[in-house]
This record gives sequence, C-alpha cells and structure tokens, in this order.
Amino acid sequence: MARMKFLCDAERCIECNGCVTACKNENEVPWGVNRRRVVTLNDGVVGAEKSISVACMHCSDAPCMAVCPVDCFYRTDDGVVLHDKDLCIGCGYCFYACPFGAPQFPQAGAFGLRGKMDKCTFCAGGPEPDRSEVEFKKYGRNRLSEGKLPACAEMCSTKALLGGDGDVIADIYRERVLRRGRGSEVWGWSTAYGLPPKPGAQPPVQQQQPAPTSGKS
Amino acid sequence: MMRLGLLLAAALMLGACGEKEQVVVYKQGKYQGKPDNRSWDNDPPLAELRGGKWTKGDRTSWEESIKQRQLAQHEYQRISR
Ligand code: SF4
Ligand code: SF4
Ligand code: SF4
Repeated sequence: MARMKFLCDAERCIECNGCVTACKNENEVPWGVNRRRVVTLNDGVVGAEKSISVACMHCSDAPCMAVCPVDCFYRTDDGVVLHDKDLCIGCGYCFYACPFGAPQFPQAGAFGLRGKMDKCTFCAGGPEPDRSEVEFKKYGRNRLSEGKLPACAEMCSTKALLGGDGDVIADIYRERVLRRGRGSEVWGWSTAYGLPPKPGAQPPVQQQQPAPTSGKS
Repeated sequence: MMRLGLLLAAALMLGACGEKEQVVVYKQGKYQGKPDNRSWDNDPPLAELRGGKWTKGDRTSWEESIKQRQLAQHEYQRISR
C-alpha cells in the first residue's frame, strides 16, 4: 500500500521557489494562500545556509484531523490527508494543531474574516468528481487521478523535493546519501551531487562589507 | 413551617455540591463529509496529457504506473540507464 509523503533534501534545495510557483500555477490558489513555502535558515551565511520546502506532510496520525470540530478530514487509500470544504467552518483549529502551519485561510474581508481552510492536497483534489470543474475550483488539480505526481515535486529543478510513496522516495534518498558518503556536516555542490571535488578548485573569496555610510539612505 | 422551609432550602443547596465527572473522554471523530472517488477508478488520461497508464478500477496497475513515475525522480538510475 502506497503511503504518499514528501521528502526535501536540505543539501540540494537552492531556495528557487520553483515548487511554490508550480503549486500556485497548477492549483490556481487565491492570493495570500500558500500551500507550499520555502523556509531558509542562516540566510546568507556561507556554509551554513539551508533551505527546505514545506507543505502539508500528510501525517499518518494527523493532528488536524483529530481537532477538527466538524470532522471534515479524511485520509485516502494512498495516505493523502484531504478535507471537505463544504463542511469546514473556517474555525482555524487545524492551523493551531498542525506542526507545519500547512492549513491556510483566505482573508476575504477587512475584519480578519476567515474563509474555508485550504491546504496542500498532494495534488489529489477533494471529495468532488475527479477532474471536474467544481473539484478544480475548490481543491485544485487532481494529478494523482491522471497518474501523475505532485506538481511541486515534479517541477523541482534540483530534485531536492521528492514526492511519492514513502518507501520509494526513502530509497532514492538513501542511495543519494550513500553516494555522498558523508553526513549533513559538509556543504556544497559536491555534497549534494556526490561528485568528487575538482582539483585546484578554490572557495569563493568573501567580499568585504562596505563601511556603513553616515546618514539615512 | 419556617424550619421546614429552611431544611428544604438547605437540602437543595447541598444537593448542588455533588461532584461531577471531570475527565474528558476523547471520542474518535468520524469523517462527516462527502465520499471521494479513488484515482484508479478513473480512465487513464489521453496520451498527450502524459499521465500514467493503468486499467480502470485496477489499483495494482495504477500503483505500478505511479511508482514508475516516482522512480523518474531518481537521477542516478535515470541517467546511468
Ligand atoms: S495539515 Fe498539518 S497536521 Fe494535517 S496532515 Fe497536513 S501536516 Fe499533518
Ligand atoms: S478550519 Fe475547517 S478544517 Fe480546520 S478545524 Fe476548523 S472546521 Fe475543521
Ligand atoms: S502537492 Fe500539489 S497542492 Fe501540495 S504543495 Fe505540491 S503542488 Fe501544491
């Protein structure tokens, strides 16, 4: 039985936001709703910057599902956590329960009014006829029903973001790490792609910060 | 008469002091929404849409087709082949 998961390789993610853009385009989610985001730690620090792409992780024991007062969540046979927007009351409990901040809410009015929750569907649509117009409007594209994988993972330029059955993508990642032969303490292109370092290659020279000028710019 | 009234009032007031069960019993929720159909119950898409190929209604063939797609993310296999 497949259990659909994401895996993001922090050694490879270059924070290009290609996954975010692919998701926005594929599912035409409204302004202000981001089903996927890229989080960067130590931004700009050479050697220590790491990025990771986050969306709903389709938890096996999902907290959002446990707290929803109207029980509008369900899990598909391939382990994708989906919800019914016709039932959702936009209370926001799932947002507080989710460890990844995945549930998103359209801000419809000027008074912090919350719309119905929207989150990553693993590109699997929702409880409407597959590939129908109404499904697309409420939940976005149903790529799984076309035998395709999530748009974000398939569009990832460095293949940092892997999507699919947990066992399969874990095997892909495992082989990658074995080829690297090193842990996450080393950083850079050769770590990410498992190539031996070029002989004679020099690390980039760090530029001197210009002295702060006085007065406001 | 007065004493009887006081007694009754006292009995009523004391009655309100009874202890209530305070342990929350967690009830597993059940999905209340509409049923969803499953990916393999659809026809495979037209060839120009470059989706998977499976037999309608056959879960195993759908899983096999999506697994091939997942393995396309494995560049060591893809390139060395
Ligand atoms: S919304 Fe959050 S809690 Fe729910 S399945 Fe996704 S990651 Fe897990
Ligand atoms: S916002 Fe909607 S999905 Fe989330 S807990 Fe409330 S009713 Fe459930
Ligand atoms: S799986 Fe689909 S809905 Fe989820 S983040 Fe990726 S593109 Fe967006």
